[in-house]
Formats: sequence, structure tokens, C-alpha cells
Amino acid sequence: MPAITLTINNELFSARKEQTILEIAREHGVDIPTLCHFEGLEAMGGCRLCLVELQGSPRPVPACITKAAEGMVVTTHSDKLIEYRKMLVELLLAERTHTCSICVQNNNCELQALAAKLGIDHVRFDYLHQQLPMDASRERFALDHNRCVLCLRCVRVCDAVEGAHTWDVRGRGSTSRVVADLDRPWGSSTSCTDCGKCVQLCPTGALYKKGATVGEMKKERSFLNRILERRRLAAQGRSL
Amino acid sequence: MNRGELAELAEATLQKQQACRLRLLVCCGTPCVAAGAEAVVAALREQLTRLGNPADLELVSTGCQGPCSRGPLLTVLQPDQPEQVWEKVTPELACTILSTALQQQQLPEQNLLPKDWPFFSRQIRLVLANSGRIDPESLEQYIARGGYESLAQALHEMSPDDVCDGVVQSGLRGRGGGGYSTGLKWQLVRKSSGGRKFVVANGDEGDPGAYMDRSLMESDPHRILEGMAIAGYAIGADQGYVYVRGEYPVAAQRLHKAIKDAERAGLLGSRVLDSSFSFRIDIRIGAGAFVCGEETALLASIMGRRGQSRIRPPYPAEAGLWGCPTLINNVETFGNIPSIFNIGPQAFNAIGNGKSRGTKVFALCGEVVNNGLIEVPMGISLREVVFEIGGGLTNGMNFKAAQTGGPSGGCIPAEKLDTPVDYENLQALGSIMGSGGLIVMGEKSCMVDVARFFMEFCLDESCGKCVPCRTGTVEIYRLLSRICNGSASQRDLQTLEQLCQMVKDTSLCGLGAAAPNPVLSTLRWFRQEYEAHINDRRCPAGVCTMNELPLHLLGEQLLQRISALRCDGEEY
Repeated sequence: MPAITLTINNELFSARKEQTILEIAREHGVDIPTLCHFEGLEAMGGCRLCLVELQGSPRPVPACITKAAEGMVVTTHSDKLIEYRKMLVELLLAERTHTCSICVQNNNCELQALAAKLGIDHVRFDYLHQQLPMDASRERFALDHNRCVLCLRCVRVCDAVEGAHTWDVRGRGSTSRVVADLDRPWGSSTSCTDCGKCVQLCPTGALYKKGATVGEMKKERSFLNRILERRRLAAQGRSL
Repeated sequence: MNRGELAELAEATLQKQQACRLRLLVCCGTPCVAAGAEAVVAALREQLTRLGNPADLELVSTGCQGPCSRGPLLTVLQPDQPEQVWEKVTPELACTILSTALQQQQLPEQNLLPKDWPFFSRQIRLVLANSGRIDPESLEQYIARGGYESLAQALHEMSPDDVCDGVVQSGLRGRGGGGYSTGLKWQLVRKSSGGRKFVVANGDEGDPGAYMDRSLMESDPHRILEGMAIAGYAIGADQGYVYVRGEYPVAAQRLHKAIKDAERAGLLGSRVLDSSFSFRIDIRIGAGAFVCGEETALLASIMGRRGQSRIRPPYPAEAGLWGCPTLINNVETFGNIPSIFNIGPQAFNAIGNGKSRGTKVFALCGEVVNNGLIEVPMGISLREVVFEIGGGLTNGMNFKAAQTGGPSGGCIPAEKLDTPVDYENLQALGSIMGSGGLIVMGEKSCMVDVARFFMEFCLDESCGKCVPCRTGTVEIYRLLSRICNGSASQRDLQTLEQLCQMVKDTSLCGLGAAAPNPVLSTLRWFRQEYEAHINDRRCPAGVCTMNELPLHLLGEQLLQRISALRCDGEEY
């Protein structure tokens, strides 16, 4: 694997050629916030939080997808980027109803953690307060659309790892919604295997185990580590 | 069919047309049909049947002739006489024209368009050369006007590299809005390695007020097929797709018939024109998503996936349909190709301004006298388009702005009317060429309201994949609504500007990145209108109703009410 050298935040790093900017940054302890990204799943580039500035590029590029190249000069935390990230998280908070105090995922939520880390103490935009339904028809799990950030980790893990492709998206724009089996209640889904991978990967309390009350839902991802690591390396053309 | 037979067919059809003592071309473009063109055709047909359908009288239902707001249109061609065009033709008028023409009498002057009408005389028609002159469903009539001759020339006289070079020399740039050099794109796909390659024509036109692609597909479908076949030969593809917007059933149906006819005649399919080149074209119909006009979303849609854009690179030229190198151009770009080889790349390059060569089709609409479809050389000034071709504004209104590029474009104010219309100049004004929608607005249009209209369109058409486009557009729309209803404050204006910049910089694809353009460009040229809405709570154009109060005034009013209640103890 050919090695390359690139500059991140005025520091020189060497890396393998097939790596993304995000992987290299994380390997070297540079923290780039992400939400839709999950190691081992196909990158989507939807949340736009990992945008970094690239010298010579007119617009910021997503670090999760952009492959590193020799001589790249990357800035991960300019004032503009920090402001954009704040606005993006604010948009996510305003989009649906994220009321932490009554959420099963309180204190374990990636969106909440991001907001805290970025120092968001208020949202400058209108709360949209969409009145979305919940789907608690499955025996063990439930889905609350009001807490969904449309990161589509559930869709990707179900398709690529479990191979069931139970989840998909219906509608478009702000009316997009995650649906099971061509928009049937989750409980009547025939393709779902109840494996729970989607639930464990969900960054917020949108997918959760039934029986959890406020703050009790903790996501357990260790059973997926090995399989996702294998996929991550395979994407770079390497093996465990 | 081989090249000799093609020339023979062209000659025979042409002779038959020239032998006619009277040819009646009735515009059956969609706007004219809406205005009653079918009744005109039926009346003329009946009259001809009564006369025994003489061979030297020809009635043709053509595609779009241009001045759509004046339809139905009737063009009369007689040998050795200049052509004459009538507007707003009724069945009675059409029959009168037919009978007087047969009696060799003076044709009626009523509704006759002047001979040197600038709407026609200021245009250069290359892409639209056959639109309104031929029956779109007739392969012979297309061939009679030199159709498929460019393909024959490319296949028999040129190597694929020559064809690419020719397109580079012509200086043609993508007509879908991006403006990337078509020739370079072709060379890129030609050089890409891949087992299979594809040619895709983007006919998913969705900008409000734009109908150039629709008209081209409906009026001259063979031209697009010919352009695609030449592209297929140049890049080494054997399969093409035309992606037609779902709302254009007539275009899809005509393209379908054109493909069948061309295949039957040996102009498409295997062994095109008796050469070793084979090229199939299939139609794919969209399902009503504007975002599928974006190339990566369009390709996803063709492959049967959800119409969502993905991040580039890799560009479709490297990995497009099913991972194969794919050439994707707008249908108008393909429409230019036969003309380039017809008149020669140098002659094509001689038209235009700066780095923008050739002509551009615009859908001229809005508050302008002559609405319609026009093709003008690049670099023509906006003033000429609006006031000469367009005939000025309706009801003698003053010109306020012209909106180009649809929801991805911007507004051009009156003081910039003399700017040449080309890719670079429009971009410098904060607008874009776009696919060619040109909406003229008079003094009674409120620019905030216009921006809000386009933002409503964008929020509805966002695919929902990335956050800035999905939610950012909704928030921008709400801020604009607040400005329009009078409840906005200066802080809202600040937030609006920040948000627009953020959405522009961070969106995943072109739709989101261009969505704030209408707001940013109106803010740039008409900031005083935004200020008037906010500071004076007044809409200068008199469009917005301003029936809400800003928060700080609402608070004051509330306090007044409370104190009033306390003083006299009465409710009001």
C-alpha cells in the first residue's frame, strides 16, 4: 500500500493511500465531529458535520468520503467550519422534536453530546415541531420518528451487514421518513430478523429497546465491532 | 439504410415538398394545442378531404414554432413567395386562408404577423432549426432537412477522435447549466477504461417556467437521437438512455416512435448506416423528482434506485451507470451536435461571445409581450432579448428584473440590462445560465416574494439526504415568510444571510448548493426591498399583505393591552 504525506492543521502526517481524511485524522487524534458516519458502514456524507477545508477546493469537502492524496492541505477547525457545524446541529435540533428530558437516550445520545461539545446553548432557528407518529408494533423494539436525524445508519447496517434490507426511506426533503418493508408497521415486517443492529447503531433515541424509560437506553455495539472492522479494512483493500 | 439511400430519401422527400403549391404548417406544440390548434388542424383536414386530398396541398402538424403566447400559429408556404405566419388562428380563419390561397387571391391580413418581426429576425436557429418546420413524428421530413447526415459523416469520414476534436473546436459547453466543455467531457469518457460505456441524455427539465427541453423533445426528437448516436460513436458506447421527465408524456411518446422509426430504417440499432457501429437507445421515464435532473441522482434513478445524489468524485465520466464510464449531457447539448457537423465546428465557433460559443435556447416568459421559445446567439444583451424579441413588458410596465436559471439562478436588475448573456457574465452577476428559463418581472413583482416562491420549490424538491438542504431550505423559507408577513426583525435578516451562505457551502449536491441563489441575488440587488419589509413594514411592490407583527411590537402591544385593562377594568 503506497504511503502518502498530507498536512492536517499545519501538521504533517503520513498515511496509506486508500484512507479517508477522517480515518487519518482520527488515527492521529484530530477530532472531527460526525453523525451519519459509522466505521465499517458505507459512507454517506449526509450530515455534513465532518466537512473540512481543502486548500484549492472552492467548497469544504466531507472528510468521511474524501480520500487522502499526496500533498493535501486540510484544515479541520476554522472559525467558519465551527460556525457551520453549530448551525448544522441546530438545524437537526430544530427539525424534529428532540426533548432530552423525556428521551430514553438522555445522556447516551450522540446528538446531545455533539450539541454539548459544540457549545450550543440555544437554537437560532424556528423549531419545526413536526407531529410524527411512533411505531411500537414490534415486540422488542420501537421507533420514534420524532427523534430520528435521518443518518440512515439503520438502513445501511440492515442492508449491508444483516442483509435483510428491512429499512428504507420514503418521501423526500423534510418529509423523508424511515420505513420498514414498503411502509408497513414494523411489527408486520416479514423481512426483519429482530437482530437489533439498527437499534444499537442508532445515534439518538429514535430506535430503542422496549422497556427502557428516560435515560435508560444505552447502545451496545461491541457485538458488531469485529464485523464492522473487517468491512472497514476490506474497503481499504486490507484484511484483519 | 446506407448513406446513398439516406441521400436519395432526402432528395425524394424534398422534391415532393417543393412540388406542393401550398404547404400549411400548423403549430401543434403543447401551448398551441392548449390554445386550440387541434381544432384548426381538424378544420383544415376536413376542407382538404372535401377537395379530395390533392397531392400538391400539404398539411403538417409541426412542433413548436416559437411565439407560444400567440398560438395557435399557422405558417403558409407557397413556392416563390415569402412565408407568412398567422397568430391566434381560429378554424374559420384557417379555412379562409386556405380557400383564398387556392383561389390565388390576396390572403387575409387579419392576425398576420409582420414580415420582419424581430421575434423571428433576431434569432439564430440551430438547435431549433427543424422545430416548427417538420412533423415531429415523420422520419422522412427530418431526413429531408439534412437529418442523420451528420451521423453518416461522422461514421464514414471521421474517426471517434476526430469527432471529439470537432466538438472541442466548436467550443460547445453543457447546456444543462453547468457549462462544462462538452468536447472535453467526451474526450474524458473516451479515454476512461471500462468494458461498457453509456450515453445518457438528461431530459428531466424541472425549473419553473422553463420548457426548452420539452419543446425540443416534442418538436424534433430525431435530432436528439442523432446527437446521442454521434456521441456513442465518439466515446465507444453501444447503449444510450434518454431520461424524460414523467410530466412529459408527449415527449416520451414521440421519442419512442422516433427510436422505432430510426431502428427500422437502420439509423439506430445494430449496424447503423451499414457501418460496424451499433447503438441502441432506450427511454427511461422519471417519477416527478426535480433532483433527478442532477446527474448522479439521474443515474441512480436509471439504475432503479432512489433518486438521490451522491458525492462526486468519482464523476460519471469515470464511474456512472453500474460503475461504467457514462457520458451525460443535456438534451439541448445533444441537439447542438448535428448542427455542429452540419455547418462545421469553425462556423459554430464563430457564433457567440467570449468563452461561450454557439446559441442558447431560452424560454422567455413572465410579464413580457411575446412569450415563447427563442434561440439566440450567446452574448446577445438582455435588453435585446426582453425589448426587441420579447417586445417589452405587458401593459407598458417598467422592467424590474429578469430571473434566469430557475430555482438555482438569480435575478438580474434593470441597471444590468446591457450585460451580454453568456456563462461568465451571468455568473458574475450572481445568477447562472441554467437550462434556459428566463422570467421577466415588472415593477409589480416583490423580490422577497419571488425568492420565497423559489425557496418553497426547493424545500419541496430536496431529496432529504443532507441536512443543510433538507432542513436549511425549510428554515430559509420560514424566515422569508416572516419577512413577507411583516413579522421579521433585523436579526432575522442576519440569520437569513448566515443560513444562505451555510447552505450554499455545505450542501451535498448542486440542488442544495444553488438553492439559496435566488435569495442571495435578490439580497444583492434589491436589499432595499428587504429593508423596507423589515424596517417600515411595507412592501414596495404592494404584493405582501404584512398582517403580522414582529415580536418586539407584539410585546409592546401586549403591555398596552394589559395596562389598558388595569386602568379602566374593561376588556376590549
